[in-house]
Amino acid sequence: MRITQGTFSYLPDFTDEEIAAQVQYIIDQGWSIMIEYTDDPHPRNTYWDMWGLPLFDIKDPAAVMQELNECRKAFPNHYIRISGYNRQQGYQSTMISFICNRPKEEPGFELDRMEWEDRQQKYRLKAYALDKPKGQRY
Amino acid sequence: MEVQQKEAFVSTEGVETAIIVDVEEQLTQFRIDDVLNDLEKELIGLKPVKQRVKEIASFLMVQRLRELAGVITEPPSLHMSFTGPPGTGKTTVAMKMGKILHRLGYVRKGHLVSATREDLVGQYVGHTAPKTKEVIKRAMGGVLFIDEAYALYRPESERDYGQEAIEILLQAMENNRKDLVVIFAGYQDRMELFFQMNPGLRSRITHHIQFPSYTFEELMAIAELMLKQQMYTFDDASRKAFEEYLRLRMQQPLFANARSVRNAIDRFKLRQAARLIEKGGKIPASELMRIDVSDIRQSRVFQENQPKEEKEITKS
Repeated sequence: MRITQGTFSYLPDFTDEEIAAQVQYIIDQGWSIMIEYTDDPHPRNTYWDMWGLPLFDIKDPAAVMQELNECRKAFPNHYIRISGYNRQQGYQSTMISFICNRPKEEPGFELDRMEWEDRQQKYRLKAYALDKPKGQRY
Repeated sequence: MEVQQKEAFVSTEGVETAIIVDVEEQLTQFRIDDVLNDLEKELIGLKPVKQRVKEIASFLMVQRLRELAGVITEPPSLHMSFTGPPGTGKTTVAMKMGKILHRLGYVRKGHLVSATREDLVGQYVGHTAPKTKEVIKRAMGGVLFIDEAYALYRPESERDYGQEAIEILLQAMENNRKDLVVIFAGYQDRMELFFQMNPGLRSRITHHIQFPSYTFEELMAIAELMLKQQMYTFDDASRKAFEEYLRLRMQQPLFANARSVRNAIDRFKLRQAARLIEKGGKIPASELMRIDVSDIRQSRVFQENQPKEEKEITKS
């Protein structure tokens, strides 16, 4: 199951040129750029690990692409996303975030039943990948 | 003979020799002349530098034309070293270089990131590489200008991290040739030693440009230009006084060419302001722009010189 999330979730995966063009847009907006990775695909997993330092003061996408490629080399089978953070007062939040690397195989989620109080029944989502410990999932 | 002809034929195969590229059209399109004229106007003297910049600009132009004609071109390596005495315009030219290269489409952004030893070299093991890489990342798409580059290498201490910074720079210069132009700058003799100690660096820098010291006339022209840019003027008397000042200053130690001239002018401006305020009353605009003889004559250069002469007189 192909996981989608973030700004361009409805589009097919970006090529490197398209990623560079998006990064250029982020730079033009004056936002700072982060590269983050994770191997927990759950949609509630908001806080990913950051690759290196946030990329401040970057003028050209080439620098970001270089970092991204290094991150891909280190975690070829993780989810990697690029985010742009707007520090302006009144925003102070992530303005853009899109996935630019994903595992080769994404086993998807298991829908599980759960007993609750008063014989209620609830459902929960669990990624098959989470059966294994962190770092060995994909 | 035949073989040579054959080879020549092979190498032009696949190129449409019928394509004719218009140099004039390209020149106007990229407004190279504008940049070169600016260089001519804003930078006084520096003949060899201008010559070299023109050569590089023409070379890049031809590369573009070759591309248009479908001839295979390899991206040229444009790393440079600027050597010369202090105050000869190395930084200024580096800044212009960024603009020129940007206009020619060689670098994408054309901004200048200035770095010195402190920006590149770390303080403990493992600190240098991320620091240097950070600076390189910021400079991507533009020009990385490393001032006083010889300070990177300190042969006297074995455990200096400068060498590490140099190695990372070298790597970036090779691998990111498309993204980055590195310019090393520094004083002639020390840079010479620096390159001797790092032969790999020397061979990777294609353009070694030497900045000559300015002549007296050039410095006068520079002073006039600086004043004009800041909307000040000399009158005849003060011009004469400044000529005298400059001649004396040039003989003194630590004379830093255009930088010394700029500092002198800044001091004249301060004295002019003090004089005008002290005088008070109504001041015409022309007086606000004029540098007076007294503003120049107050300089220490004259005062230091006079007692010396007196001493000599008393001695004889």
